[in-house]
Amino acid sequence: MSLLKKKKRKEAEIPTSSMADIAFLLLIFFLVTTTIDVDTGIGMVLPPKLEDDVEPPPIKERNVLKILVNEQGLVLVEDQPSAVQLIREEVKKHVLNNGEDPRYAEETGKALVSIKTARQTPYEAYIGVMDEVWMAYFEMWDAEARALGFPDYATYVDSIEESDAENAIRDKIKAAISIAEPDAA
Amino acid sequence: MSGHFQKKVQTKQDIPTASLPDIIFMLLIFFMVSTVLRETTVQVRTTLPQAEALTKIDQKRLVSYIYIGPRKLDGNRLGETGVQIDDALIEDTGTIRTVMYRKLVEQPKLIVSLKVDETSEMGIVLDVQQELREAGTLRINYSSRREIPS
Repeated sequence: MSLLKKKKRKEAEIPTSSMADIAFLLLIFFLVTTTIDVDTGIGMVLPPKLEDDVEPPPIKERNVLKILVNEQGLVLVEDQPSAVQLIREEVKKHVLNNGEDPRYAEETGKALVSIKTARQTPYEAYIGVMDEVWMAYFEMWDAEARALGFPDYATYVDSIEESDAENAIRDKIKAAISIAEPDAA
Repeated sequence: MSGHFQKKVQTKQDIPTASLPDIIFMLLIFFMVSTVLRETTVQVRTTLPQAEALTKIDQKRLVSYIYIGPRKLDGNRLGETGVQIDDALIEDTGTIRTVMYRKLVEQPKLIVSLKVDETSEMGIVLDVQQELREAGTLRINYSSRREIPS
């Protein structure tokens, strides 16, 4: 009798219905934990190479905001020692001056920012200055976008990309940053 | 009590789920195989500087990297500043223009991402930039980390 009973026993089976869930969990775990690192940085466009016989266009001294970074990473703005954090306001004043203050630019379209370094200047100091100058432009663009009724500049850029319109803010306040060659030592 | 005497339905109504994990695994393997991770061994140390005014490079296809920083030597020592493009260290900066010009011909919308160590000196960076101007690769990007607000 006991032998017959044993034969009745069910076939040994591993439940496989939850395997899909386990695989899914694994998939989702890796999907979430994988970060495809996006490259971020300060975007710039270098000036094209000058032809030997073409003279660079003349620029009025007044329209250029000269920033000098020395070997120790110390900053001179228009020959005045300055803290890196103050550059942002200086650049804004310079660009949005419109001829009011004789020390700053005549008009927004002509304003230039020139960054000059020594050959021994640490890169970190240079980026710190470059960052402040770019932040000044970003904040000015944001202010322009708000004046046009957008919450910020990024939303404005999105809106013109949809309608294929010209970037009027960028045309008005052009980020004119020049990287000057160091003096030959 | 009629139900008691009804013939019980014997056919199973379950959908067979045993093959589901196989399907999921197939998907997983497909994505694993089709994902290409480009790896270059960087032979110079590039601790990137921190910045706030960051822009993202969305199209990775357009990007070419130039690494500038102190060379990594055996036993965690650091050597002189070196410039690396792709897998090779550049000995003479004058060769950068030919290398970059070839890349520009292949990809006219090329963006050059400069991964420069924060302790590097500006001299070498300016030399490389001058070479980039010669090559005509004018769109550059100073690669930097997001500043942690203090």
